[in-house]
Amino acid sequence: MPHLVLDPHLVLDNVSIHYEGQPAPAVERVSIEIARNDFVVLVGRSGCGKTSLLNVAAGLVAPARGAATIDGRPITAPGSDRAVVFQNDALFPWLTARENVAFALRLRGVGPAERARRADELLALVKLTDAGDKRIWELSGGMRQRVGLARALAAEPQFLLLDEPLGALDALTRERMQTTLLDLWTASNVGVLMVTHGIEEALVLATRIVVLAPGPGRVVRTFEPGFSRRYASGEAIRTIKADPAFAAARGELTDAIFEGEAA
Amino acid sequence: MTISSYTERPGSGIDEAEGLSVPWSRPSPRRKGISARMISAVTILVVLAAWALSVRLQLVSPVFLPSPVAVWNKFIVVARDGFVDATLLQHVVASLGRVFAALVAAILVAVPVGLAIGISTIGRGIFDPLLEFLRPIPPLAYLPLVIIWFGIGEPSKILVITIAMLAPVALSTASGVRGVSQERIDAARSLGATRAQVVRHVILPSALPAILTGLRIALGAGWSTLVAAELVAATRGLGFMIRGPVPGHGRGDHGHIGDRGHRLRARIHHPQDRARARPVGGTRMKRERKGE
Ligand SMILES: Nc1ncnc2c1ncn2[C@@H]1O[C@H](COP(=O)(O)OP(=O)(O)O)[C@@H](O)[C@H]1O
Ligand SMILES: [Mg+2]
Repeated sequence: MPHLVLDPHLVLDNVSIHYEGQPAPAVERVSIEIARNDFVVLVGRSGCGKTSLLNVAAGLVAPARGAATIDGRPITAPGSDRAVVFQNDALFPWLTARENVAFALRLRGVGPAERARRADELLALVKLTDAGDKRIWELSGGMRQRVGLARALAAEPQFLLLDEPLGALDALTRERMQTTLLDLWTASNVGVLMVTHGIEEALVLATRIVVLAPGPGRVVRTFEPGFSRRYASGEAIRTIKADPAFAAARGELTDAIFEGEAA
Repeated sequence: MTISSYTERPGSGIDEAEGLSVPWSRPSPRRKGISARMISAVTILVVLAAWALSVRLQLVSPVFLPSPVAVWNKFIVVARDGFVDATLLQHVVASLGRVFAALVAAILVAVPVGLAIGISTIGRGIFDPLLEFLRPIPPLAYLPLVIIWFGIGEPSKILVITIAMLAPVALSTASGVRGVSQERIDAARSLGATRAQVVRHVILPSALPAILTGLRIALGAGWSTLVAAELVAATRGLGFMIRGPVPGHGRGDHGHIGDRGHRLRARIHHPQDRARARPVGGTRMKRERKGE
């Protein structure tokens, strides 16, 4: 029986994923629970099922066993309560940056003036105030990912699903985007499920890190680093990274990922 | 519709890289130096010079190859005085009108068909064999049938051109649709798009460059079909100008193609009498079998 949940949860409960025609399951019995205000990061080497799990949460892939639910309701299709940002921005090149951001509003039949106003607000939020009229190919990789984030936020999702959103960016842009992500997360009260290959990135952003190992994909460890909460309460990112506790956590996380690989 | 059945990735179909002038195609940086346009101008001048020279040297009889000047003068005469009851402009407008009417009809039919082929298994199952059957048939092969069914008027000419345009438009549309990136579709769905909205707001604009390519190919196919159709059955248009009027049409004397050809044409020119139109083919075949 569905019960009343005041704080919405995105839950993957004992999820196994088995692609048609594959001899073995890609993911076996993974459970992840994401509350609003959580920033959950999936790490692990390629092929351990990070994207597959994200797609289950998005409703793009159906689990072979187990359940994916949001507020206790089963996830059966994609929905704007769980907006996805892909590695290759997946923006629409025939629209301007502003029109891309306003896409979800247009789908809902929001009028053009209100759409533009809302989109400009979101562009300001991702620090792209002047880029509204630009075409997608006029934007740098970092700017595109900002547009992608703003476009996802325009759907007013309860959860953001990010699949290596910063993977294609250079190191400096990437670092700046990490603070943008944290700012958005603190400002907008969404739960985040994100995939990354960056160990530091995971530590900086996550409230919880889930380490996966391949063959079949499964959870080997979880961490609760807590550095992002420190950023949210006002500490500078550089002081956090300079903290010896950060270096220790990085060593521990790296070990966990390699352990998973050795197994 | 099963939008989830897309498997192909970007780049597998015709896409923006074609350099078509879709509004969002990336402008290419201008190269300095000799422009292609200048080279083209020189090419045309060389061809004209070679033409004039071969006439001057009398390599070919002027009956078969008049000089460029003679052709130009004739063009002026036709443009000023017209050709068989109509000005040159009227002939051009007649032809263009047919092609564009056919283009509109082909877009209205073939773009939805191409979408159906690209999007759904059922659509592909239904339309693929029909298109593959239609595609290799030369339009002139079904022209007589279309004339017998729909008469000699404008509709049959436009219909024949439309049929010739269907396959290129539908197949290009389908290939454009199959080339749409899965991520784009997934992104739209996760932003709350219904399947119809995915088609309208993602698939159609993504496939537009491929559709435009298809239209360009279709215009070529349509144009050659038009000339053929007007050669056979028209009193106006550029194809008609190639053939000229049927000598003594409707007055009972014999044309230059001969008695048999003229009689066939005379029947065709009076399609309301369909019962008589059919035996014509029969008589003709019988005569041929007699070893005429
Ligand atoms: N659409 C698919 N069809 C078949 N196998 C797939 C598909 N997507 C992923 N896989 C397989 O599932 C496993 C996990 O893939 P994925 O979730 O993409 O891993 P990751 O994102 O961690 O690199 C891999 O072995 C991959 O080959
Ligand atoms: Mg992946």
